[in-house]
Amino acid sequence: MTDATQPTTYNGFIWSESLPAGAHWSGVIRRGTVLRITDIQGKANVAMLINNLEVKNERYNMPDTLKAQKTAFLTTPNMCFSDMGRVMCSVIADTCGWHDTIGGLSNAKTLKAKYGEKDYQSAHNDYFKNGYDSLINELTKWGLNASDIVPNLNWFSKVRVEDDGSMTFIENNSTAGDFVDLRFEMDCIVSLSTAQHPMDTSPEYAPQPIELSVFKAEEVKADDACRLHRAENQRAYYNTKIFYGENPDD
Amino acid sequence: MTNKQFDENRIVYREVVKAGEPWMHEVKAGQRFRIVDLEGNEAVDTLFYNAKDHSERYSATDTIREQGNIYLTTGSVLRSNLNNPMLTIVDDTCGRHDTIGGACSAESNTVRYAIEKRHMHSCRDSFLMALGNCECNHDKAMTKEDLSSNINFFMNVPVSPDGHLDFDDGISAPGRYVEMEAHMDTLILVSNCPQLNNPCNGYNPTPVEMVIWE
Repeated sequence: MTDATQPTTYNGFIWSESLPAGAHWSGVIRRGTVLRITDIQGKANVAMLINNLEVKNERYNMPDTLKAQKTAFLTTPNMCFSDMGRVMCSVIADTCGWHDTIGGLSNAKTLKAKYGEKDYQSAHNDYFKNGYDSLINELTKWGLNASDIVPNLNWFSKVRVEDDGSMTFIENNSTAGDFVDLRFEMDCIVSLSTAQHPMDTSPEYAPQPIELSVFKAEEVKADDACRLHRAENQRAYYNTKIFYGENPDD
Repeated sequence: MTNKQFDENRIVYREVVKAGEPWMHEVKAGQRFRIVDLEGNEAVDTLFYNAKDHSERYSATDTIREQGNIYLTTGSVLRSNLNNPMLTIVDDTCGRHDTIGGACSAESNTVRYAIEKRHMHSCRDSFLMALGNCECNHDKAMTKEDLSSNINFFMNVPVSPDGHLDFDDGISAPGRYVEMEAHMDTLILVSNCPQLNNPCNGYNPTPVEMVIWE
C-alpha cells in the first residue's frame, strides 16, 4: 500500500548501512531525522525497541500507542508513543501497509523447538540468533537491561486478530524493496534485531537482510498528516514540544 | 494443575481493595488467587513477578503468542518474559480478560482525553505508590522500569481482523470472578483502576476482593 502523498525521497542524506539477516544493532537516531528501513529481499522482520536517549526509562509503549490511535497495527500516519505521553517517532511513509506490535520476540527456547540449534562453532556468523537475546545484547550497551524488554515493534510483519481473538501470521506481507520511514520526534536509542518474527510460519530458519538509511527530516508543520491524524496525536506532539522547551502551539 | 474445590476454610488471605487503590502481595506456588469483581464492570490492572527474581515478570506478548489468542480465560497460561509458566487461569465466570490495553497513566491521560486530565488518579501512579510503600518491594529494588504490559482482568478490548482496536463496556457483572493457580512463588502488583474517562469500568470505579486459598 503506497501512499503517494508521502515523500519517498529526501534531500538531506546522512548515512546508510546494510544489516545482514539475523543481526542485531543499536544506535542513536536524532530528533529531526528520518530513519528509513528497507526490506531488501522481502519477508524481513525488524524487531525494535526505542528508549529516550536522555531519560532512558522513557520507552516505546505498545498499549498507549494502540489505544490512542484505536488500531492494533501500525502504518502511516500513526505515531509511536512513549510511556510518558510523548511521540518518539512518526510513520511518515510506508509501502508495506501493516506492521505488527503485539507478536513479541522470538527466544532461544522457541527458536530451538522450531528450527533446531546452530551454534557459532558449527556455523560461524550464520549461527541462529533470536530476538530476545539479540535485544538484551544491544540494550545492555546503553545501561539498559531485561527490564526494558517490553512489547516491541515488528516492522514488516503482519499478525491479524480474528473475531475470536486468535492470532494469524500473514505470510508475504512485505516484498523486496518495501520500506518504512520513521521521522524521529525525540533523540532516541534504537535497538533492533533482524531475527525472524516469533510467529513466522516458515519451516526454515530464514531471517532476511535490511538496509538502514538516515535523512534530514523536513520541518514538521502544523498541517503534518501524523500530527493531525487524531486529537490524541496532536496532544502527544504538544507534550513532546514542551519536553524540548519549545512553544507547543507552533 | 491440581483439582481443588473452593473451601472457605482453606482461605489464607482475604482483603477488599477499594476503588483506585494499589495492592501488592505474594502468592506461593500451588496456591490459588481469586479476584472477585464485587460490584461488576471494574478493571483490575495486574502485573506478576517471580518472587525470588523480579527480573522475571509477566509478559503479555509471550502469553498471547504461546496460546495463539489475545484474550485470556480459563486454560490461559500466564507466561513470563523468560517464557516460563507463572500461573494458569483455572476458573473464570467472566469469560475473557484483556492484556493488550495496558494501564492508564497521568501522561497517557493527557494524550487520550485532555492535557488538563494529568492530575486525575491513574493506574501507573497506583503501581508506583505500591512500589514505594509496600514491604513486598523488599529493598525498594523495583522501579518504573519494572512496569511492563499488564493484564486487565474483567476488561474488554476487542480487536477486529482489519486491525481496529477499541475499549468497550465491560462484560463482567457483580460477583463474577477469575481464579488462577501459581506455578511459582509470585509477587502480584495490582492497581484497582480509578479510570473515570472511558467505559472500561463503567465510569464508576468499584471495590474488588482478593482471595488467596490453598
